[in-house]
Amino acid sequence: MPNDDRIEAKFRELHSHREGALITYLTGGDPDPKAFLANSTALIEGGADIVEVGIPFSDPIADGPVIQASSMRALSQGATPKGILGLIRELSSQSPVPFVVLSYYNPILAMGLDRFLTKARESGVDGIVVPDLPVEESDEFRNVALKHNIDNIYLAAPNTSRTRLRTVLDKSKGFLYLVSLYGVTGPRDSLSPQALEAVKTVKSLARGKIPISAGFGISQPEHVSAVIQSGADGAIVGSALVRIIGNHLDDPSEVETQLKKTVQSFKEATRLRSD
Amino acid sequence: MEPLRALEEAYNKFSHDPSFKKELAGWLDTFAGRPTPLYLAANLTRHVGGARIYLKREDLLHGGAHKINNTLGQALLAKKMGKRRIIAETGAGQHGVATAMACAALGLGAEVYMGSEDMDRQKLNVYRMKMLGAKVHPVESGSRTLKDAINEALRDWVTNVQETYYLLGSVVGPHPYPTMVRDFQSVIGKEARKQILQADGKLPKAVVACVGGGSNSIGIFHSFLHDLDVNLYGVEAGGESLSPGQNAAPLVAGREGVLHGMMTYVLQDEAGQVQTTRSISAGLDYPGVGPEHAFLMNEGRAKYVTVSDEEALDAFKTLSQLEGIMPALESAHAISYAMKLAKSLATKDSILVNLSGRGDKDVEIIAKHIAQ
Repeated sequence: MPNDDRIEAKFRELHSHREGALITYLTGGDPDPKAFLANSTALIEGGADIVEVGIPFSDPIADGPVIQASSMRALSQGATPKGILGLIRELSSQSPVPFVVLSYYNPILAMGLDRFLTKARESGVDGIVVPDLPVEESDEFRNVALKHNIDNIYLAAPNTSRTRLRTVLDKSKGFLYLVSLYGVTGPRDSLSPQALEAVKTVKSLARGKIPISAGFGISQPEHVSAVIQSGADGAIVGSALVRIIGNHLDDPSEVETQLKKTVQSFKEATRLRSD
Repeated sequence: MEPLRALEEAYNKFSHDPSFKKELAGWLDTFAGRPTPLYLAANLTRHVGGARIYLKREDLLHGGAHKINNTLGQALLAKKMGKRRIIAETGAGQHGVATAMACAALGLGAEVYMGSEDMDRQKLNVYRMKMLGAKVHPVESGSRTLKDAINEALRDWVTNVQETYYLLGSVVGPHPYPTMVRDFQSVIGKEARKQILQADGKLPKAVVACVGGGSNSIGIFHSFLHDLDVNLYGVEAGGESLSPGQNAAPLVAGREGVLHGMMTYVLQDEAGQVQTTRSISAGLDYPGVGPEHAFLMNEGRAKYVTVSDEEALDAFKTLSQLEGIMPALESAHAISYAMKLAKSLATKDSILVNLSGRGDKDVEIIAKHIAQ
């Protein structure tokens, strides 16, 4: 059983070293369970501070083509929510990093909220993101998550009103997931024009009570350092990593090598310049 | 959430605004062709032997289906909201065509997402959309049908949210869409209730409509909800069979779930993955259903049944040959069930069927089946 509040403890620890958190995302079971475990291990060895794992879903509306394809790969190998939580359990038993699960609501509902979250907790999950469950509709889910000591991580977007941002900040635990652009997940050449402004706004409203992590379209080390320099406590990198898997489906060891190298460069970018 | 809130606010404001209502009524009358007639299908009634069968002729509307009732309402709303770019999803292409028509008439740009599988089986509607000036985006993800077109439209909307209005075609999706689309479609039931009272001197024993997302059915049901002696029947696509993957009947064969921002009945597997659907009619090929139908079923106010592909084809032939009316394959599901129901009722009773669209778009599919 993991300790409580491991996510926020991680942010505090990194903060004392003047570092932001690097949160890596992979879709669970992509491209198959064994390779997923090896890839996740490569991410942790490369320096991931928090590991986020997606439960593959048939209709991932918040995701772009890269993560859609990864979900389809995992599902075609028979991935199930239970199976993915089992894989997280294997990882969490070997590594001290905090684990976050991302799942659309229907697979959670299908298992039953209490069953899903009990199983998640037993598997070493510290936090959960449900992209299609808005804060307004989430009281029941939030209460069950709180009961199981799983941090509820809500999303906010650049157009989220200040009133709603206050609610989201108030109800989030672990960190607030700031969507840094208008759109879905996927690698982008440059940071969205809204990203840094959004980081600053949310950061000032948060008043240091909860860490802020920026995700969606964060796909280069420069993007990571830009959001961290602007005040974000963490950066979430997903599609840029998942893309490596999709590009080398016939060469698993190349995937591991590239993932590790890429994560190292992202991690490097989370260290604050002392200027 | 903010765009949905803004939409709800705008809808609440304009739907109570007399000048908006007047403008929309004008478009519905002079552009779409309202009111549509109520037709007593005397030959079909004689053939079946039982209750009189009345058809609400939404197939006679501009574009050939009830969809224009909603697209004119929403396109007008979009214009009032200052949005110039309209996106939509479409299954059979009827909503896409109706969107393209409303947008052309109101001077708005339309882009329509359509599953590539649906583009294959509804080619005629793809041409029509293009000729009306709409851009059609093929959707290659997932099952390449309506649900994936909705996924893609939602992804577009969150990306281009500031200038874009998402014109959803059915009573599905996040609030306020199910309410708003129902309100725009409820004109069907308002007219039909008056018309049948005039024609028959009493209310019908039953109202029958097909259910994909459920907009034509909720549109005709709505005016009868408080007439508790009027039985409401929603007809889902039974496809090949009621086994998983072989139908599009979430109310009959699915269970509660969350899809596209709504809690409703969803065709899904044990683990909550949304299942592929199957129906001869692209317009019913959707694994979810409007949440208000889920409510009406749970409350026992409406009954939901299925009609198979084959039965729908038979009904298509029967109505075409006996009445000279080719129904859309979607509406043929309602016709088929109404024929069964009429037999079980007395000749003094009547049944009101929503003939939601015409079958011209389906001739290719039907020709193939007849050849087999």
